[in-house]
Amino acid sequence: MNQYETVFILTPVLSDAQMKEAVEKFKGILTDEGAEIVNEENWGMRKLAYPIDKKSTGFYQFIEFNAEPEVVDKLEVNFRRDERIIRFLTIKQDKFAAEYAAKRRNLRQSTTEEV
Amino acid sequence: MAEKKSEIRYLAPQTVDVKKKKYCRFKKAGIKYVDYKDPEFLKRFLNEQGKILPRRITGNSLKFQRRVAQAVKRARHLALLPYVTDMMK
Repeated sequence: MNQYETVFILTPVLSDAQMKEAVEKFKGILTDEGAEIVNEENWGMRKLAYPIDKKSTGFYQFIEFNAEPEVVDKLEVNFRRDERIIRFLTIKQDKFAAEYAAKRRNLRQSTTEEV
Repeated sequence: MAEKKSEIRYLAPQTVDVKKKKYCRFKKAGIKYVDYKDPEFLKRFLNEQGKILPRRITGNSLKFQRRVAQAVKRARHLALLPYVTDMMK
């Protein structure tokens, strides 16, 4: 079991509901493969630093999960097949990244509790 | 003649170069992980064209220069930072 995190960008042409549906689809793929989702963040619509597929904005979604290495392959194959995904990046968290990610989660939790 | 010594004058006051010691800000601040998700922070290590600044300017240690470079490249892939640009700052 390793800790991974993935960020993917969805095309901006989707409606809010369609975007949520796409995110659910990929979370479904992860959970079906026996991955445990630790954290997810929706960064919402962001401007891209350079155009991708002639689009200048995109929905960013961030997911942290614990899974076996084979799961990442399956996830990335699905990313490539889905045309709503314009860019993705999956990385394995090393010990420093894991520490940082845990801190980030706690920070977010405490800020959301205050609000 | 003791006065001869003071006859040599300089137009500009002689500057004794006190070299500012460069230091690695990650080591100093105890940062262990360079996050690719924070483009504003990574911008400190880029020039106006979006190129990664060399170690001799930033003063990063080799270990953290590598991590900064890795993080910048990841951020570029995710379009959080541009590959090429002008007048970024």
